[in-house]
Amino acid sequence: MSELTDLTVAEIRDGFRAGDFSAREVAEAFNKNVAAAKALNAFIVETPEKALEAAGAADRAKAAGEALKPLSGVPIGMKDLFCTEGVQTTAASHMLEGFTPTYESTVSGKLWAAGAGMLGKLNLDQFAMGSSNETSYFGNVISPWRRARKDGGGGDNAALAPGGSSGGSSSAIAARLCPAATGTDTGGSIRQPAAFTGISGIKPTYGRCSRWGIVAFASSLDQAGPMARTVRDNAILLETMAGFDPKDSTSLDLAVPQWEAHLSSDLKGKKVGIPREYRPDGLNAEIAALWDRGIEWLKDAGAEVVDVSLPHTKYALPTYYIIAPAEASSNLARYDGVRYGQRNLPDGAGLQDMYAATRALGFGPEVKRRIMIGTYVLSAGFYDAYYTQAQKVRALIARDFEQAFEKCDLLLTPTAPSASFALGEKQADPLAMYLNDVFTVPASLAGLPAMAVPGGLDAQGLPLGLQIIGKALDEQTVLNAGLAIEERAGFTARPDKWW
Amino acid sequence: MSIDLQTVKKIASLSRISVTDAEAEAMVPELNNILGWVEQLGEVDVTGVEPMTAVIPNKLRLRDDVVTDGDVRDKVLANAPQAEHGFFAVPKVIE
Repeated sequence: MSELTDLTVAEIRDGFRAGDFSAREVAEAFNKNVAAAKALNAFIVETPEKALEAAGAADRAKAAGEALKPLSGVPIGMKDLFCTEGVQTTAASHMLEGFTPTYESTVSGKLWAAGAGMLGKLNLDQFAMGSSNETSYFGNVISPWRRARKDGGGGDNAALAPGGSSGGSSSAIAARLCPAATGTDTGGSIRQPAAFTGISGIKPTYGRCSRWGIVAFASSLDQAGPMARTVRDNAILLETMAGFDPKDSTSLDLAVPQWEAHLSSDLKGKKVGIPREYRPDGLNAEIAALWDRGIEWLKDAGAEVVDVSLPHTKYALPTYYIIAPAEASSNLARYDGVRYGQRNLPDGAGLQDMYAATRALGFGPEVKRRIMIGTYVLSAGFYDAYYTQAQKVRALIARDFEQAFEKCDLLLTPTAPSASFALGEKQADPLAMYLNDVFTVPASLAGLPAMAVPGGLDAQGLPLGLQIIGKALDEQTVLNAGLAIEERAGFTARPDKWW
Repeated sequence: MSIDLQTVKKIASLSRISVTDAEAEAMVPELNNILGWVEQLGEVDVTGVEPMTAVIPNKLRLRDDVVTDGDVRDKVLANAPQAEHGFFAVPKVIE
């Protein structure tokens, strides 16, 4: 039998039920991999005892012949943006270092109630702001992948970015430290790291997953979603994570579909739109070639391919970099050194000085930058020129998608404009870093479900991903197209263990 | 429009983030770069377009006007940097 840590969520669930192995054996195997992978810095807090506790409950239930839960026996990683009762939750910031929630986020609570066990809290970009996991107060996450040429020469050992903001999640899954993990996606934070590390991840329709108990970044964009190695595993996790929650006013009061049971890679009758604006001059040739292969794969699965236009695509990123910082500046106003988190009280300081000193100490440079941009675009005299204009352009971007979906059922695009890059390579220029999200941000602005699936390796031996964007609430078609690509891409590459 | 050192300091003050002169100076080109880039939105014709308020049509729900939580003072205060006598404590505000 292959190693337990090579199994998918579905294989662990089914193998545990069939009695091939105990839940404890699975939890111990993953705990061991987690403990041995400090070099990746994927976890901020490790919770092997939580994984064993859930495994023990699963083993006891099975021995007693009780009904098993959907995720009984499955250990997972939890992005450290989800509040977990009694376990430090930091959003990878100094501000929240030591913060121990007295409550559980809705999404993490649903996963535990479904029998999953927690391996630990996963590192991320600070307050989920970043595309390379270089803004964490707790240090960079390192991708398990390294550049190596297929002919055996020309590689290097440079530390590569696992993507961001869910970089701990992507790194840990690719390195087999956990079979699956939660992510959150505001402008691409599930999809881009998934693409960088050769795994899959789905951001569902805005409102599918409750935001309650997730440290807020940009509330009109933030969505939780799963990350895992297979499309099926994503379907399994999303079924547990999604669902109406009265504690989130933007939660959708809709039944959760049975995505796993309805998985089908037969795309007959489906029309796939190829948005021409996603092929700008200078698009990386290997990514363009992979995209072409993806189109052939979907045709092979029975889909018809049509050309579509999303004319406002080029305005999506600047729109995002007004709206997301604006919402962040408002959301992060809560960190005042009074109710939770750090406090910095210089000698003789009054309340206002304490606020300013606390926030200077607790926030990293990228977080400060975004708060200040947000404060500026919302300030008197500039609000209409920046924020209102951005919300109008956002409406046009959403309308582009509506019009495209009159001609097709889903869209296929690349996930990111490049493969993973070396840590430090894009640090100096915030704008260059922002451009990483050029293909993922439009679907976020429109609230649409979107998924990244691995398509192949580039000449450096690094994974490249394809993105599927669906109509609102049509996660099923997104997952089905993802499955069709997964079956045809035959992506089995994994990083060589060096850590 | 470009922002100068005074404006950066004003934004920092509105954001309640203390910055040194050197930090503020470093932020001037950084913020100008980003703001200069987002200003391309000005060229989009938005005549007759309503600003978006919700990506997925959804109605704000009303719930019964009853107390649904409370009695958790110690939990609320559990993470406070300074809590005294069942309250959050802050530096003296009124002399």
